[in-house]
Amino acid sequence: MRLAVLSDIHSNLEALRACVDHARGEGTQRYAFLGDLVGYGADPVACLDLIQGLVGEKGVAVLGNHDRAALTGWCDDMSFEARDAIYWTRRQLQERHYGFLRSLPLTARDGEIAFVHASANDPGNWTYVTDGTQAARCIGASRAPVTFVGHVHHQLLYYTQQVGRPRAFHPTAGVPIPISPRRRWLALVGSVGQPRDGNQAAAYAMLDSERNTITFFRVIYDYSEAARKIIAAGIPERFAKRLETAS
Amino acid sequence: MREFPDPRPGEDIDGFRVVEKLHEGGMARLFRVTRPDLRDRAVMKVPNLDFGSHPGFYVGFEVEQMVLPMLAGEHVPRVYGRGDQAVRPYLVMEFIAGPSLADQARRAPLAPAEVARFGARVADALHDLHRQDVVHLDVKPANILFRESGEAVLIDFGLARHSRLPDLVEEEFHTPAGSGAYIAPEQLLGIRGDPRSDIFSLGVILYQLATGKLPFGSPTRRRGFRKRLYNDPVPPRALNPDVPPWLQEIILHCLETEPGRRYATAAQVAHDLTHPATVPLTERSSRLKRSGIGQRARRWYRSWRGKPGVPSHPSAQLATANHVLVALDPGNMSEDLAEAMRQAVARLAATDADCRILCVTVLEPAAVGGEEGGEELERSEFTRRLIEIRHWANPLDLPQEAVRFHVIEATDPAQALVEFATRHHADQIVMGARASSTMRRFLGSVSARVVSEAPCSVTVVRAPR
Repeated sequence: MRLAVLSDIHSNLEALRACVDHARGEGTQRYAFLGDLVGYGADPVACLDLIQGLVGEKGVAVLGNHDRAALTGWCDDMSFEARDAIYWTRRQLQERHYGFLRSLPLTARDGEIAFVHASANDPGNWTYVTDGTQAARCIGASRAPVTFVGHVHHQLLYYTQQVGRPRAFHPTAGVPIPISPRRRWLALVGSVGQPRDGNQAAAYAMLDSERNTITFFRVIYDYSEAARKIIAAGIPERFAKRLETAS
Repeated sequence: MREFPDPRPGEDIDGFRVVEKLHEGGMARLFRVTRPDLRDRAVMKVPNLDFGSHPGFYVGFEVEQMVLPMLAGEHVPRVYGRGDQAVRPYLVMEFIAGPSLADQARRAPLAPAEVARFGARVADALHDLHRQDVVHLDVKPANILFRESGEAVLIDFGLARHSRLPDLVEEEFHTPAGSGAYIAPEQLLGIRGDPRSDIFSLGVILYQLATGKLPFGSPTRRRGFRKRLYNDPVPPRALNPDVPPWLQEIILHCLETEPGRRYATAAQVAHDLTHPATVPLTERSSRLKRSGIGQRARRWYRSWRGKPGVPSHPSAQLATANHVLVALDPGNMSEDLAEAMRQAVARLAATDADCRILCVTVLEPAAVGGEEGGEELERSEFTRRLIEIRHWANPLDLPQEAVRFHVIEATDPAQALVEFATRHHADQIVMGARASSTMRRFLGSVSARVVSEAPCSVTVVRAPR
């Protein structure tokens, strides 16, 4: 069974479609979405409709901080520009979208796999997993052999050692990484809709539960078009530029 | 108490039938197994997971099970199957009968030609591994077996590092687990990604085969290990006067303390061991004493000052030291073409600091065969060609270390060039197009055949009109 894990879509329809097409080509049968489905981008409605369809009955989706902000209108902890994007998003969404967002949990669990937007340790606090200490807390709280995490917008794989904190590994796109059952693994899957590591290509990861591997992917898409739509919609221009610089 | 039951003779495990126990080691047990569809003999490796066993043991197995199936080629054992690590961990691989290099090392000191032959095979195997982004990090005679056809096979990947997979080996465990006599100095500083670490270990092996002694002894404590960070070994010729200067040059070049001063690739070592006459001799070849106290003190000081830089991937290190084969046909080459080829090679040499230029020309024996005094004529023809290709390279002003010259005798130039490129791990071939189209029509195009059959990129240079 192949499970595609996508996070931080941020209303970027071009990136989302490119990743879903790529995942289909890789033989994906199920999808998991790690939150921040909206915010920043110009296509919240189309993205949520597509995601809701892909999640269906067998898929997984959890709530991100931008989703919660869109749902509640409460975004005092965000930058002014991010708030503008949230207010714009709220004007586009219809009741079915609010209903879908309202149904999303903060964490989800499927057998040996845990899903969370920010950190399994106090998930509603939106902590960033940025180092081994945070990774250890997240792994300790999820208690799952494999935990998928978004929120930080870059790809990284943490794994536990016999001594000391979990160690980080920078994956190479497209290389399947065998997941030993003797350790616990935390995969930061990167961002579909707003990569920030200097590489404009959309990021996602795939778990192959038969071969016991995780593969990280980068998928190039028409980011100029996504940027153009952001400007046309009147969303702060910074979020358009960001797609082109991936910073 | 075993966590998993021991395989018993006659038992069927996922389609493999257990025949007998071959070996009981500290870290793993080996069983001979069969499967109806396998032509080759196979061996099942089962990690020791007894209660209280050293946790490093399992990590070694975990690493091997992760890395080995990713590797291809004749220099590693083929993998036939692996068990679910949570249910019953095992790895089934091709059985290599041997002999191992450890068998040969017991006869040391060996004749220089024999040292070079074994060494070149090991270097070939290491280069193939490094190309696949893996550093072995535990290269020692016991981990090198030979196929019946002569190729070296590297075994035991428990300490290996694959730069595109997570590194599961923890420093706490690996320092004492590494083989004290063969480990490279930078491995002591926790560096696990440099293919030149394997070249250092190869240097230790060559030293051992040539002298019968180990250059740094077999330390077991950290302090003993550290000595190689600032001490250089007693030169082999001081221990065994029969070691020729070229062999000492190669050995001490492999054993340089700083990775940047060693051979850049194992392919370069293989080439030098295969062509001793072309090795440029430096001060290393004539040294009879270890370096002075001043230099050792400087190295000692530096050894506490942090780690040297490491290439991002072994293949990236290899890419800074390409083998460029330049095929020359001095008699049939216009000066314009010769100059155009020099420019092409100069551009490659400028972008690639450690590249090695192999200038090759093919001598067709038919041209001089059958005549009275043919052999002598052929020798002089051979020398003339050598002088001509050296002359071609002169204006390039390449450092002596960076260029080698070869005259190959063969009736089929295209086939000879492709074979030479394959055997010497060429990363690129530069050759000239035949000038006249009439000649091409009658003789066929050598470059077209090389382009279609070569194992690497080929640049065909044409003289400007």
